[in-house]
Amino acid sequence: MTNSMLKVRDLSMRFGGLLAVDGVSLDVNEREIISVIGPNGAGKTTVFNCISGFYTPTGGKINFKGQDVHALADFKISRLGMVRTFQHVRLFSQMTVIENLLVAQHRHVNTNLFSGLFKTPSYRRKEQEAMDRAAYWLKKVNLLEFANREAGNLAYGQQRRLEIARCMVTEPGLLMLDEPAAGLNPKETKELDELIVSLKEDYNVSVLLIEHDMNLVMGISDRIVVINQGRPLATGTPEEIRSNPDVIKAYLGEV
Amino acid sequence: MKEKFVPALIAGIVTLILAFPLLGLNLVADGLSLVIEGADAKTLRYIVFAALAVFLFQLFKEKLGGIVSSIPLPRKAYGQASVVSQAQRDKRERLFTIIVVALALIWPFFASRGNVDLATLVLIYVMLGLGLNIVVGLAGLLDLGYVAFYAVGAYSYALLHQYFGFSFWVCLPLAGLLAATFGFILGFPVLRLRGDYLAIVTLGFGEIIRILLNNWTHLTGGPNGIGNIPKPSLFGLEFGRRAKEEGNVPFHEFFGIDYSSSYKVVFLYLLALLLVLLTIFVIRRLTRMPVGRAWEALREDEIACRSLGLNRTVIKLSAFTLGASFAGFAGAFFSARQGFISPESFTFIESAIILAIVVLGGMGSQLGVILAAIAMTVLPELAREFQEYRMLMFGLMMVLMMVWRPQGLLPMKRRHMELAND
Repeated sequence: MTNSMLKVRDLSMRFGGLLAVDGVSLDVNEREIISVIGPNGAGKTTVFNCISGFYTPTGGKINFKGQDVHALADFKISRLGMVRTFQHVRLFSQMTVIENLLVAQHRHVNTNLFSGLFKTPSYRRKEQEAMDRAAYWLKKVNLLEFANREAGNLAYGQQRRLEIARCMVTEPGLLMLDEPAAGLNPKETKELDELIVSLKEDYNVSVLLIEHDMNLVMGISDRIVVINQGRPLATGTPEEIRSNPDVIKAYLGEV
Repeated sequence: MKEKFVPALIAGIVTLILAFPLLGLNLVADGLSLVIEGADAKTLRYIVFAALAVFLFQLFKEKLGGIVSSIPLPRKAYGQASVVSQAQRDKRERLFTIIVVALALIWPFFASRGNVDLATLVLIYVMLGLGLNIVVGLAGLLDLGYVAFYAVGAYSYALLHQYFGFSFWVCLPLAGLLAATFGFILGFPVLRLRGDYLAIVTLGFGEIIRILLNNWTHLTGGPNGIGNIPKPSLFGLEFGRRAKEEGNVPFHEFFGIDYSSSYKVVFLYLLALLLVLLTIFVIRRLTRMPVGRAWEALREDEIACRSLGLNRTVIKLSAFTLGASFAGFAGAFFSARQGFISPESFTFIESAIILAIVVLGGMGSQLGVILAAIAMTVLPELAREFQEYRMLMFGLMMVLMMVWRPQGLLPMKRRHMELAND
């Protein structure tokens, strides 16, 4: 496969005596939405943490855009164009919405101390670009009117959207969303659904998704990876997964 | 009320137990031996009165708390942002700044010498507070050893002058640079630490520097300190009665006026003011720059920072380094003003005062820090007549402050940013 963006091979993660992830493999191609599902405690978030570099996996290989990243520091992985959200909203809650988006563009702006102190033309231009990009994404996620509100004061659904916007201003190739629909009402979930599809269609972003909302997962995923007790259970299109007896057993228990 | 009675009674009795031996008994020298004597009736009455006061306070604590919290706040921190646009606010702010700076410039020519000298001290603390504000207020790294960088700055000038004869103006940037280097060095081991653990390590660092200065006698003079540190000159004009350095001319001779020691005091004040204004300007810019935003983001959520590609090592080190450099400038100025420094000036209590300034002013807020520095320096000076009760009042003020306004005098206000709305 030539257009493979993320390749995870035989990933395993051991915490002392506990093998939290065991032999998970997955592929994300360009412009693809891949969902990772599984019962609670299956190790989905651990897989995410390994891929994004928050954990160093104890075994296996992770390759992103042709580069091995499993031993790389988290912030370096992120700079390659792989950004993630978290199960719990992690905004800079005392900073304003727009500041949240400016922080995310740290590596795009001019961070040279002296050009900032003297406000050189190149510094001003970069800052303006960052502002424009932030404004663009705020509009996209319908938060423009809240630009100067403190992020912590937003409603929960808005905070979720802001988190996605904050990832998108970094101009990623792969967006990793950890349960983005948790705590959203049906209307907000539907908006999220449309947003994720639009990210793929209009911005050529691949999405790796952990989600419990099966309607959302089945509706937008190109492929689904099922993990149970740290081990891969099944991989396939939504239709294949829906009719897979192992998956049904894992979710509903032995029948 | 009933369940409060017993604890209140106990508190009253504890007060009696503590106060009686301390205040009610006196050691009196009788020839060569010491005799314990009971205090006079007046003191004893006071002790009983104090115990009664504690008892009553404990009994009616809740009601008193209600009264304290009902005191109206001096100004609402939020709310007006929507009415006044950022452009208007900037304009007002500029006007306000110009007026304050103008007053600060003119004032020393009319004030008494002692007051100008006190104001210079206030300005040193403003500089220290603003510097620590970067580390504690913005980056959220609790630093209890900030005085170490102040000491490094002060000793840099003193030692560089003593051994190499460098002038103040050469030493000022060097002191900042050296303090920054020390900040950088301290930054490395504490990169992984947060909160309490960070506080302990920085506290230790502060003590290490002080003890080092105290014991490295052949270099630093140890507890004897370093004396005869020259005052800064103004383009080669000195403010002493006679010029100390070859080629320099005393200020009063150059202008053909009579010698007055107040020229020197005013000059030092103006120099401190200049340094403070520069500090304010630089830090203000810094907070609005990517690095300043990154500091705050790191305070808010370190994990989110990492996931967005921010290198926390660089960000933390830059906060420590830049914060320390301002203490270095303040230290160099301090040793020039004082003319004599010893490790005595750089004890832990100094760190505590600077930290109190930052917390009292409101984390991250520049104006708050300035006001707090004034309050923390001038109030103890005003309360000098209360002598030993000075620190007691000081403590009381801090407690009341924390009850009444825990977020500080003027909490940081977020900047309103205009977006190009197409």
